Amino acid sequence: MLEIRIHGRGGQGNVVAAYLLATAAIGEGRHAQAFPAFGAERRGAPVAAFVRIAAHPIHRRDQVRSPDFLIIQDQTLVHVPGVTTGLKPGGGILVNSERPAAELGLDPGFVTLTLPATRLAQEYLGRPVPNTALLAAFLSLTGALPLEALIEALAQRFKGDILERNRKLVEAAAHEVPAGAWKEDEDARSA
Amino acid sequence: MPAALEGSQAIARAVALCRPQVVAAYPITPQTHIVENISKLVADGRFDCELVSVESEFSAASVVLGAAAAGARAYTASSSQGILLMTEVLYDISGMRIPLVLTCANRAVSAPLNIWNDQQDAMAVRDSGWIMLFCADNQEAVDTTVQAFRIAERTELPVMVCVDGFTLTHTLEPIDLPSQEDVDAFLPPFEFERRLDPARPISQGTLVSPEWFPEVRHANYQALLAAEAEIEAAARDWAGLVGRETGALVEADGPGEARTGVLCMGSIHGTLEAARAAAPDLEPVRLIRLRCFRPLPLAAIEAACAGLDRLIVLERAIAPGLGGVLTTELRAFFADRADAPRIYGFAVGLGGRDVPLETLGRALASSAADNPRHFAVLDLEPEKLPEEDR
Repeated sequence: MLEIRIHGRGGQGNVVAAYLLATAAIGEGRHAQAFPAFGAERRGAPVAAFVRIAAHPIHRRDQVRSPDFLIIQDQTLVHVPGVTTGLKPGGGILVNSERPAAELGLDPGFVTLTLPATRLAQEYLGRPVPNTALLAAFLSLTGALPLEALIEALAQRFKGDILERNRKLVEAAAHEVPAGAWKEDEDARSA
Repeated sequence: MPAALEGSQAIARAVALCRPQVVAAYPITPQTHIVENISKLVADGRFDCELVSVESEFSAASVVLGAAAAGARAYTASSSQGILLMTEVLYDISGMRIPLVLTCANRAVSAPLNIWNDQQDAMAVRDSGWIMLFCADNQEAVDTTVQAFRIAERTELPVMVCVDGFTLTHTLEPIDLPSQEDVDAFLPPFEFERRLDPARPISQGTLVSPEWFPEVRHANYQALLAAEAEIEAAARDWAGLVGRETGALVEADGPGEARTGVLCMGSIHGTLEAARAAAPDLEPVRLIRLRCFRPLPLAAIEAACAGLDRLIVLERAIAPGLGGVLTTELRAFFADRADAPRIYGFAVGLGGRDVPLETLGRALASSAADNPRHFAVLDLEPEKLPEEDR
């Protein structure tokens, strides 16, 4: 079972990111579950969402406390208490940031990578919504699912020009990170 | 290939497949997405019904009461304070034996304000005369929604389909939506014999004097008890049609040597299942899921508990001044049984507190004592309270 926790701020498409990832997995014939940890749903407030992906049906419905990976949509969240709590040793953290990972000051026991996801989204979509770019980079890093699965999931939400822009964003974001760099982790954890 | 659907979206699609002619609802978290999705299906021309936007839950319940009394298939949904505001009408609906379906996206009841999941709202209307079914997952919520209309229309009783708020309503997972053909085959058009019709005038819900009131109540009581058969038939026939088991009254599974049972309602069943699978060192446990809470299926519960020395009841609500509703009901039922299990009751996950895998082990450990506490909040963190409140 692969467990992912997504942190962001209200309005950044946090729940949508979780739903897209699970939708992509279900489209690939996997079992998956995505749900938010709802607090007060205010724009800008820290929020989290959870994704589980497995080869078998998923019964548990508790929050993801020991994720394999973190996706952080806003770099100002990396030092908010609790954000990295429970991440498995050696777990990967993908942060939306213009800065190099080393500058973020995260625990060196984790593997941190950054992606300028807001800039990419602004460039391809004209909107500062980092979720799709981060998911594309995450899939490229882990090989957990083919990028086409993410595009199929996007096609359930968008059509025409918007979908086409998202497709280009997915491809661009995937190329920004070293493909397969987290693959061994993913293989071990989803086994 | 199953669809990837949020629980609320799947429930809305299931409702549309049932072709209700009238839907009336007032939005309340966490039921909101159900109503939003129904509105969108109607706006997109994919669901032909009279969608009535009302100014309160009291009106929502009143509109579906009137619509169903006039012979329409009718549906509504609510949660928490919304269910409480409907309560007067809920009694009217069952008292007049009006068949309709309500989804309760289970949520805590204020005060203090809390939008998250427990089942206090459903417990608050447990004696309102409705059939009450609790779903373990979103697939079951879809399948139960379809079954609920048939159960309601055959028994002439309203059915409340309970789904855990957020935990189910806001979780996306793989869903097999039934085909329109299967739903149509299962659910023929609603023909309400007692419908309000100017050509055949009748009265509903009129003043009933003491000469007749006990007889009316007795008849309702008997009708609810007799509904067990229709609930079982609906589950059986639906499984025969689509090849999916939803459970009927009570589901139980576990190793034959298990002498401890853990009984629950709703979606924590999946977490308990996963907990049992993840901890092979725990003592053998039989998991018992009450799918049907009203009517309380006593014979099925007794069968599910056969051979148990200890029964742990995990409730998602609390009855102040008493303890647990279900715990108390089961203790009363087993009181005169010779080989009854000792019954331990706990509330867990109140107001959306996460129910982790460790819950199962904690419940087993907390109920090992010879003198169980009458009832306790299993996941209480007493250090948060001043001494006098612990």
